[in-house]
Parts: sequence; C-alpha cells; structure tokens
Amino acid sequence: MSRKSLDAFPDHAVSATAAAEAPWPVRRRHREKYAMNKELLAFIIVAVLLAVVPFTFGTSTTFIAMSLAKGLAVLGILILLRAGQVSFGHAMYFAIGAYAAAFLSSAFRGIDMLLLIGAAILASGVAGAIVGIFVTRYRGIFFGMVNLAFSMVFYSILEKAFHITGGSDGMRIRRPTLLGMELKRAEFDIAIYYVILLFALLSVWLVWRYLRSPMGEALRAVKSNETRLEYVGLSAKSVLLGGYIASAVLCGIGGVFMGMVQGLATPEHAFWTRSSELVFIAALGGPAHVAGAFGGTVVFEAVRTYAAALLDDSWQLILGVTLIVIILWAPGGMVELFRRLTGLDRAKTLTPEAGR
Amino acid sequence: MSDYSASPLLLQAEGLKLRFGGIIAADGIDLSLHEGEHLAIIGPNGAGKTTFLNICTGYLRPQGGSVRFENREITAQPPRQITRLGIARAFQIPQLFAEQTVLENMLLAVSVRERHWNPLRNLHAVPERREMEGLLELVGCSDVRDRVASELPEGKRKLADIAIALALKPRVLLMDEPTSGVASADKFDVMETLMNALRQAKVSSVFVEHDMEMVSRYATRVAVWAQGKIQTTGAPEVVLNDPDVVRNVIGG
Ligand SMILES: Nc1ncnc2c1ncn2[C@@H]1O[C@H](COP(=O)(O)OP(=O)(O)OP(=O)(O)O)[C@@H](O)[C@H]1O
Ligand SMILES: [Mg+2]
Repeated sequence: MSRKSLDAFPDHAVSATAAAEAPWPVRRRHREKYAMNKELLAFIIVAVLLAVVPFTFGTSTTFIAMSLAKGLAVLGILILLRAGQVSFGHAMYFAIGAYAAAFLSSAFRGIDMLLLIGAAILASGVAGAIVGIFVTRYRGIFFGMVNLAFSMVFYSILEKAFHITGGSDGMRIRRPTLLGMELKRAEFDIAIYYVILLFALLSVWLVWRYLRSPMGEALRAVKSNETRLEYVGLSAKSVLLGGYIASAVLCGIGGVFMGMVQGLATPEHAFWTRSSELVFIAALGGPAHVAGAFGGTVVFEAVRTYAAALLDDSWQLILGVTLIVIILWAPGGMVELFRRLTGLDRAKTLTPEAGR
Repeated sequence: MSDYSASPLLLQAEGLKLRFGGIIAADGIDLSLHEGEHLAIIGPNGAGKTTFLNICTGYLRPQGGSVRFENREITAQPPRQITRLGIARAFQIPQLFAEQTVLENMLLAVSVRERHWNPLRNLHAVPERREMEGLLELVGCSDVRDRVASELPEGKRKLADIAIALALKPRVLLMDEPTSGVASADKFDVMETLMNALRQAKVSSVFVEHDMEMVSRYATRVAVWAQGKIQTTGAPEVVLNDPDVVRNVIGG
C-alpha cells in the first residue's frame, strides 16, 4: 500500500510503480505472447493441412466439408456456453440457413453461392434477434427449454406447410454458380469445400477475437455475476442477446453450407435431436477453446461414419461412453485432454490468457 | 468540521418506506447527500442500512417515497441506468466477475464506462489499462491483479469490489462496510488512501460502517439508522458521543 499512489486517481494513470514492479508480469506477458504465437502457428498448420485435403485425401473432401459446416454451428453453441447457457433448439437456425438457400435457389435459377450465404446470414440473424428477445429473459434449464420449444414449433411448420416447404421431403437446393461461374458436380464439390474452409477459418478467427473483447468477456460475466454486470451499467440481457445473435448466424452459415453440399434442406435439420447433437459435440470438443468446436465435430462424425461401417448402430454406444468418460475425467472436453497431454495446462495457471 | 448544506445536493431520499412482511426496514427515511460529503450510516444489524443502498440504486422499489439524484427522479430505475448516471456501489458481500482476473474485472468495468464495444479489440488492449492498474494499486490490490477473482481472500475481494466501483468514475460512491474482512493492520491504511483519493477527485460517498473509529475519522456526517428511522444525524463528534446513540447502537 503506498500513499503516493493516490495521485493515480482518477485521471493520471499510474505512477510508474505498476510497470516497474516485479519482473514477473513482464515474464508473464512474454509467455502470453509465446502461447499466442503457438496458437497462431497451430492455426496456420491446420489451415494448410485442410487446404491440401482435396489433393491428398480427395475422397474425404465432402466428409470434411460437412464436418466443417457442422463445426460452424457448434462454434455458435460454444459462444452461448461461454455465458453458461445451453440451447436445445439451435438446429432451428441451421435449418433456417438451409431453407433460405432452398427458397432462393428455387426462385432464382443460377443464383450465386455468395448470395445464398448472404441470405442465410440475414435470415438466421433476424430470426436470432427476434427469438433472442424472448429467450434471453431466461437462464439455465428454462433458456434451454424455451429454445427447444421455438425449434419444435418451427420444425412442425416445416413439416406441415408442405405446399410451401415440401413437407418432410424438404426442398432441393440447386447447385448455385460461384462468382457467376457454372460448375460441374466435381468442380462444385471442390469449390464449395474451399468456400466452407474460408468461412470456417474466418469464423474461428472472429469468434476468437470476439470472446476476448470486452463484449465477449461480458458474456462470461453473465455466467458469473449478473448483479455486478448491472452495477457496472450493463444489461446482462443485451450482452446475452449479442452472443445469441452471433450464435444463430453461425448456425445459419453452417446450415446453408450443409444444405448446399447435400443439395437438400429438410425439416430433419431442425429436429431437436440435431440441436442436442450440437450441444453434445460442444461438450465433447470442450468449450474452453474455439478449436474444440471443430475437433469435436471431426471426431463425432468420424466415429459415426466409420463405427457404422464396422458394426451396425454401434456409434451411439461409442459416443455415449466417450461422453461419460469426458464428463467424469475431463469436463473440459478434448481441449482439456489435449492440454493435459501436451503439458499446456501448466501454463494456464501462469497465463490468464491461456485458460479460455 | 465544515458545513456542506450550502454545496449542491447530489442524492436525496424522501419519505422512503419499505417493509418485508413484518420487518420494517425503512419507515419514512429522509436522507440527503451534498457534494463533498462523506456520510456514514450506522445502526444495529438488520436495521435496514443495506436496504437503503438497494433502494437508492434501484435494486429494490420502495413502497413509498422517492429518490432523486441531481434533481432527477431515479426511484426504481434499473441499477444499470442509475450506475450510468454516476452512482457506483461496492457491496457488503463483494460482487466480482468470479471467472476473470481482478484486472479483467476492472477492464470490463471501464469498457462499459468508455463504451468500448469493438468486438475485435482485446479487453487487455483498452487504453485505460494503466488507469485501472493505478486504481488497484490505490486500494492495495496490485498484488492480486492477475489472480482469478474467485480465488481471492475475503479482504481482497472487498477491496477489489471497491476498485470496480471506482473504475466507473462515479460522482457518488456507495460502500457497505468497506473494510470488513480486511486485515486490521491494513484497514486504516487502505481507508486513508481511499478517502484521500475520493476527496481529491471530488467524489462524495455514503458508507455503512460498524467500526466507530472509521466513522469518526472519515465521515463528515453520521446518520443513525434504527427501527426503520433516522434516529439522529450530525457531525461524528456530536453523534458518537450522544448517550442515546451510545446506548442503543454503539454499546448494544
Ligand atoms: N429482499 C429482502 N427480502 C426480505 N427481507 C429482507 C430483504 N432485504 C432485507 N431484508 C430484511 O430487512 C432487514 C434489514 O436488512 P438490511 O440488510 O438492510 O440490514 P442492515 O442494516 O444492512 O444489517 P447488517 O448490518 O447486518 O448488514 C433484515 O431483517 C433483513 O432480513
Ligand atoms: Mg447490511
């Protein structure tokens, strides 16, 4: 406690003391930077590896494209988890993205892919804002259930209004052009892979930044102390609404990509099991890091695809057991497992940056 | 002891009434705060002191009466609005963002004050970072700056809570037993620094206090709260020596 520090209040920032203090904050900053560079390096390596997939593992291109599309939606779930909220209805936004593309592509032949993506972003964003105004009043189990209710209503509308939506058969999404170019099937598969990859990388970067910004940090405060949030002058509801809209848009983007890859939008996309699947994957991957969303999705999809080939209906069993193991021994999901294995979690106590 | 009744009126509560079932917390409270004043509220446990702060900040709606701030009616406005007008609060039970470090708590508060909502800028990169480090130093929390708030010892939690309120650059600071839980060796040191800083920055304050030594040193005026009423109010050297007060509040 030094008396001279009172000069610091309110305008003239600190006395040099804080800066010149101990050597350890300096070391900490160094460490932070080091950890960040490592993360950036990992990001670049993964990006490059994914970029060469069509040339090396060409047969996996569509599998990875679909995993990335779903991973985008899981990234949205992850934002809400940051605020301590779990939605059991976010598949609705996934479906909204897919149906936005379906309607547009049946109305305008040869419409461009970028327009379909734009439409999906707009539709899911607007829907997220409207629904968000209601659901952000609730927390915890109620939040989850109200989301579920909205998605079930949406699902039955998709099913019942078959003269508009095609009912349970869904709607075809015609292959769009890309920047005005007409593409053949094989070319399109490669092209959309790269578009999805681009959006996935961009989203990871944006979400990563957002979660560290004041707005993203406020999201964590919704989880830890809404009273204090109010008493610094911020409405917890609007903070959560911001995160909610972002998560809805991410699901919408995931949905439009999935729809375009499959050439189809079906009510299935909005069904509640799809919503809980997204939550499942987020828990599997681990909410502490954006990488968890995509890592979780790839593992999930791989188990589902390849386990089914080995033994019928075994994938639910395998994934169920995996989740139990994760919850009991590594509640931070794959992210935590990875950190433990690589010894990165030791750094966590030293660098506040690393822990999220 | 100077007289503040001539300086501008900041906070003014009139005829506040609030009861919880059979418990009468406020029964016609008139209390005002002028610029430059540091008003101590003393009174027995469960008298209604915290309730008063809850009403002033819009957390509770009174059953009667009104609260005005700088001549503007603020009764039962939401806390965030009242906070934005310039009334900051430190709590009896500290309210921190448990998952974040103490510094991040401060940075988040100042981001709201300065409306830093760029979603791509790191919280740690806000330009007021140095100012916040200064405030932590001021309240003696520099040593826990990078500790996660949930891991702090009680005393540091109280002080960090005050620092968050200071980060908002309020006109009026409300504190609820500011140094309870702080090691008694540091108590007066911290309070001395804090009150000096408040005086220098022309921040007025209301503080609920059980420690009469604190009251006599730092209050410009004392209000005695008992049975939902202000029993008496006046300069500390007068009030603290009033036999009735000594018997009912200090002695009891
Ligand atoms: N929200 C509430 N609902 C019901 N009763 C309440 C509520 N808030 C306070 N009370 C009651 O009102 C009375 C006054 O409480 P308050 O917290 O204001 O007392 P206090 O003067 O701050 O006491 P202390 O010195 O122990 O902090 C207490 O009996 C308390 O139990
Ligand atoms: Mg109290």
